[in-house]
Amino acid sequence: MEHAVEFRKITKRFGSVIANNSVDLYLDRGIIMSLLGENGSGKTTLMNMLAGIYFPDEGQIFVDGKPVTIASPKDAYDNGIGMVHQHFMLVDVFTAAENVALGLEDGKYDMKAVAARVQEISDKYGFGIDPNKKIYDMSVSEKQTVEIIKILYRGADILILDEPTAVLTPQETQNLFKVMKNMKEDGKAIIIITHKLNEVMEVSDVVAVLRKGEHIKTVRTNETNPDELTEWMVGRAVELDIARLDPVNPTPRITIAGLSCRDSEGVKKLDDVGFIAYGGEILGIAGIAGSGQKELLEAIAGLRHLDSGSIIYSPEGAAPQELVGKTPMEIREAGVAMAFVPEDRLGMGLVGGMGMPGNMMLRSWKQGKGIFVDKKAPEKLAEDVYKFLEVVTPSLDYPVRKLSGGNVQKVLVGREIASSPTVLMTAYAVRGLDINTSYVIYNLMAGQKAKGVAVIFVGEDLDVLLQLCDRILVMCDGKVSGIVNARTTTKEEIGLLMTSEGGNK
Amino acid sequence: MNTKEPLIRLAKREDMARSQMWAIRLGAFLFAIILGGLIFFLVDSNPVEAYGTMIAGALGKKSGLRQVAKLAIPLLGTALALAPCFKMKYWNIGAEGQITMGAAAASFFALKCYQGLPSVALLIIMGIASMVFGAFWAMIPAYFKSKWGTNETLFTLMLNYIAIGIVGWLQGGPWEGKPGSQIIPNFDTKAVLPKLFGVHIGWIIVLVLSVVMFIYLEYTKHGFEVAVLGESENTARYAGMNVALVTVRTAAMSGAIAGLVGFMLASGTNQTLFSGIAAGAGFTAITVCWLSQLNPFAMIGISVLLAVLSKGASTLQTALSIPASVSDIITGIILLSMLGCEFFINYRMIFRGKHEEIQKTMAKPKVEETSAEEIGQKVAPWDAAEEKEAE
Repeated sequence: MEHAVEFRKITKRFGSVIANNSVDLYLDRGIIMSLLGENGSGKTTLMNMLAGIYFPDEGQIFVDGKPVTIASPKDAYDNGIGMVHQHFMLVDVFTAAENVALGLEDGKYDMKAVAARVQEISDKYGFGIDPNKKIYDMSVSEKQTVEIIKILYRGADILILDEPTAVLTPQETQNLFKVMKNMKEDGKAIIIITHKLNEVMEVSDVVAVLRKGEHIKTVRTNETNPDELTEWMVGRAVELDIARLDPVNPTPRITIAGLSCRDSEGVKKLDDVGFIAYGGEILGIAGIAGSGQKELLEAIAGLRHLDSGSIIYSPEGAAPQELVGKTPMEIREAGVAMAFVPEDRLGMGLVGGMGMPGNMMLRSWKQGKGIFVDKKAPEKLAEDVYKFLEVVTPSLDYPVRKLSGGNVQKVLVGREIASSPTVLMTAYAVRGLDINTSYVIYNLMAGQKAKGVAVIFVGEDLDVLLQLCDRILVMCDGKVSGIVNARTTTKEEIGLLMTSEGGNK
Repeated sequence: MNTKEPLIRLAKREDMARSQMWAIRLGAFLFAIILGGLIFFLVDSNPVEAYGTMIAGALGKKSGLRQVAKLAIPLLGTALALAPCFKMKYWNIGAEGQITMGAAAASFFALKCYQGLPSVALLIIMGIASMVFGAFWAMIPAYFKSKWGTNETLFTLMLNYIAIGIVGWLQGGPWEGKPGSQIIPNFDTKAVLPKLFGVHIGWIIVLVLSVVMFIYLEYTKHGFEVAVLGESENTARYAGMNVALVTVRTAAMSGAIAGLVGFMLASGTNQTLFSGIAAGAGFTAITVCWLSQLNPFAMIGISVLLAVLSKGASTLQTALSIPASVSDIITGIILLSMLGCEFFINYRMIFRGKHEEIQKTMAKPKVEETSAEEIGQKVAPWDAAEEKEAE
């Protein structure tokens, strides 16, 4: 039998960076393949070439044994290949069926027929989607479903899913896996890009591991184990334990009560949030993306207008003070640091066009003499961060925008830690980082905790939250749905809290 | 096999060597000169003679040189005014109006208060008045933008026409000289900027301003705020900057400098006021800004180049009776190719079928990595310093 897809000696370069180097890989029908690798290992680039987003510099792609040229997403569809990207491409005010119909080239739009066909596909694989529901009424997982139906409708039988579980709750992930298995039974070839090992083991039949743009190995999932896969992925065995000491003498550092706020469109983002963060402990914050984590951190940092509530800050050896009403500068000078890593990593907290010293200066720019900025101190700090966290950059003045994601985050987190804060807030600090760099960050957090800092850690990976934090606060739709002890709770418990408002009900 | 591979693909370039960048820019300039020569050829002139005449007209004689300097002063001054705005990604295209308002404010004192004041005092008052009015004119759209998020591009553009209209009214109304002449009388000699080497001392002012602007943008807190705000408003807020204040302050400074240019144009160049006094400097300066990539020193060179082209064009018209519009076409070609060549600095083209060999140097540098645990145990340099202090 011919392979559904085969890559032969595929190479892709971006400038001097080799994203894929002479990759040979194949996939058969009726198989779910996991494409495993750290960030920057070239998984998404390789799949983008199959989906017609990029064109390979060298090598040839074969579909069903025939050489094909995929120069556009349309070519990909013509070859039965469809990809679900991390960022959904849907029109909010349209229904599921209307979104599916968008861009079809069959002359007339017969919405009834499209809706019927969408329903048919949904029933066949167990998606359970209503073709006439508007996108803005849908949950993240429903939107993802629409994306999958969109490519199935176009006749794709080779499906690529780019980190589909990153935005899902554990329960939703289980649903997705069920659907994937149904599609597999139907003879589709499915590729799932991920870096979560447990999912690899659970859902896939074969695993292909990429490392630094090269194809390391493809094995049957039932013939391997997570330790082995990790080793192939990172090139050497990595200890997966995080040292977690008991909090020493925890004292209330930040006491929050009745915090409520709205976004610019008047939608409630925080609803009566209250909790206490202690010095010397790591408080994890879990929740589906967009449940109010960002707003909470911005509120504490003084960057958000509040409807009501109070934030009492109790520094060591000083009187408690109210932070609401203070400017971001005053709050920061009081010792509250925030390292927020947004989706694009640079939007807040860093200046992409500047080098490391300029970015260090963001914290200290007011300290220079008179009207001038002090360039010496930030340069020294940049040098320290560069050496201490082993930032890979051609020179200190190299614009941070051009650094790889992990190095950008080292710059950001390094700067915040270097300010010796008493409260350290981080959000998605390890977003998109490889395992080794992630653990550098985790250890830095643990180090801050040992120094008595109150660490607030907003994270995505429940496994990490469970291992790193002392307590985990779960948010759901702007409310605190529960605060649990990280040493005794389970992923399932947190997953339920993430999706149930009010929690205790 | 790859039958449908695109003919030309674009790839982003990594940082290019400086020399190579300048080689491309020089190449673009030569390309424009050759293309311009072709146009001279089309209108039946000898390209070599035409270019020769342009250069001789602009640089050959002292009078030509003075003319070039006179043209370059407002261009350089206005480009310096726009630099902080553009660095902040605040698109002030209202320099024309800010120049005009500055000129009007200076003219008020030149026309109404010249008696009883020594020349130096009068000139200083005129300068200050022009800066205040220019700043005021530029602050209006900045205030609206920071308060209600209005679009500064349209707002500043529209204010140009209002400013020009106001001066047009002054010209035909309250400040009119001979009734019906539509002309404002010439200033008293006390209100005219003195000359040095045959050109009004505005050239010294703008040269000093170039240095000041360079220092302002590179080494001051204000300059840092402008640079950060230009990159990301969120980051600026995060760093504790007052976004509204920085926006309005920077726009006001920009307007003040543009107003000062208006003062130099009224007092130094024209010795009077009229509605077209800015003569497009507010717009041409935008080109100067882009070509010089906001570097104040590069602005000096670019504004002189544009002035040479402009002076050369008028010489062409008188000496060889080549229409001024032909010179305008050639100036346009030169500007376009110089702006366009930045594309080739940022991207390279790969033609079909050409696959470059993987260069050995492209391989990733080997980095010695310390394990996570080791980093966790290392003492951070800033902590080490603290511990020392504690001891």
